[in-house]
Amino acid sequence: MVAAGSKCRTCRGPAIIDLPRHNANFCAEHFLELCRRQVAKAIDKFEMLTPDDRILVAVSGGKDSLAVWDLLIELGYQADGLYIGLGIGEYSDVSGEYAKAFAAERALHLITIDLRDEYGFDIPTAAKATRRVPCSACGTSKRHLFDKAALEGGYTALVTGHNLDDEAAVLFGNTLRWDVEYLARQLPVLPARDGFPKKVKPLIRLTEREMAAWCIVRGIDYLVDECPMALGNKHLAYKAALNAIEQESPGSKASFYLNFLDNMAPLLAGAGASGVEGLHPCPSCGAPTTGDLCAFCRVAEKSRAHEPVPVELVLSKGRGRR
Amino acid sequence: MKVLLRNPKREIDVDGRHTVNSLLAHLDLPRESHLVICNGTLVPGDAPLAATDTVEIRPVISGGC
Repeated sequence: MVAAGSKCRTCRGPAIIDLPRHNANFCAEHFLELCRRQVAKAIDKFEMLTPDDRILVAVSGGKDSLAVWDLLIELGYQADGLYIGLGIGEYSDVSGEYAKAFAAERALHLITIDLRDEYGFDIPTAAKATRRVPCSACGTSKRHLFDKAALEGGYTALVTGHNLDDEAAVLFGNTLRWDVEYLARQLPVLPARDGFPKKVKPLIRLTEREMAAWCIVRGIDYLVDECPMALGNKHLAYKAALNAIEQESPGSKASFYLNFLDNMAPLLAGAGASGVEGLHPCPSCGAPTTGDLCAFCRVAEKSRAHEPVPVELVLSKGRGRR
Repeated sequence: MKVLLRNPKREIDVDGRHTVNSLLAHLDLPRESHLVICNGTLVPGDAPLAATDTVEIRPVISGGC
């Protein structure tokens, strides 16, 4: 490789990454500085965290969750991790290894939960038993177990690695459906309320490309392979559409989502249901629910009654689309 | 040059002189959803790539919700 021509916007040294949305290139040092600044800005603007918060990071072994854990520690926060073994074949085995290695190398505390060992089912079986897309049972299970672990562990904030691309894609989907209730609740901080911990998304000002770059520059090994059950889902299609727009008009994703938070979310405040009406404890597990059983216990009940299903049997039709 | 691709993991040969951006365009891969690592180092879009370089094109998009 011949030396590249791009220079860092800050120091004029050789650049390692071009960020068209900032119309700038950065060297490793100043790219990391930019990421830290963007996370600190998000935390400050939306009053996400205080230095006294006891933080639990939802860790998957992928780039975003490891990056947000790394960034929070760098910024001086106290943060433990929680990894859930979802039983998605080799994908889950390998992702767990990345999460454990990250924690061990940095002497961080990682809590692990295995869905099959502790609850008697896994995600491929749940997808088959509930006859819904795998991401539905997976999301329901993760949300329930993250909330439960945060509350039982005395944590004051649950952090997820949702980034700008994730939030823009969800906003795009909610907007396509003009789903006012979901739009009103698509906020980077959800305050704690009975039965739910405070939930925070510190990466909303950073893209997936920037988070992958953070991991590469910081020497963080993460699971590059995509979840085999997610391939072909709508979320990926929305991301591809937004990236096509971004390519033509850099900065579009950030404008779409961050201007929604500034200009539209305040107008929608109160438009959605608060989510607390009619809540009562699930008779099986005690989690807040409006139904006879909470969503997780319904999934668990159906799945435990179903014979175990290997992941290969429920792989998405969209496999191999990239 | 040898180029490592992911999802699924495979190696391909690419002929001709390329920069990072022209290589991505040649393979019809969007810049916004990929990073290029050359000889173990992240490189920007205008970085020229040599035939002897070890190049990895890494997708950055995750589908989890």
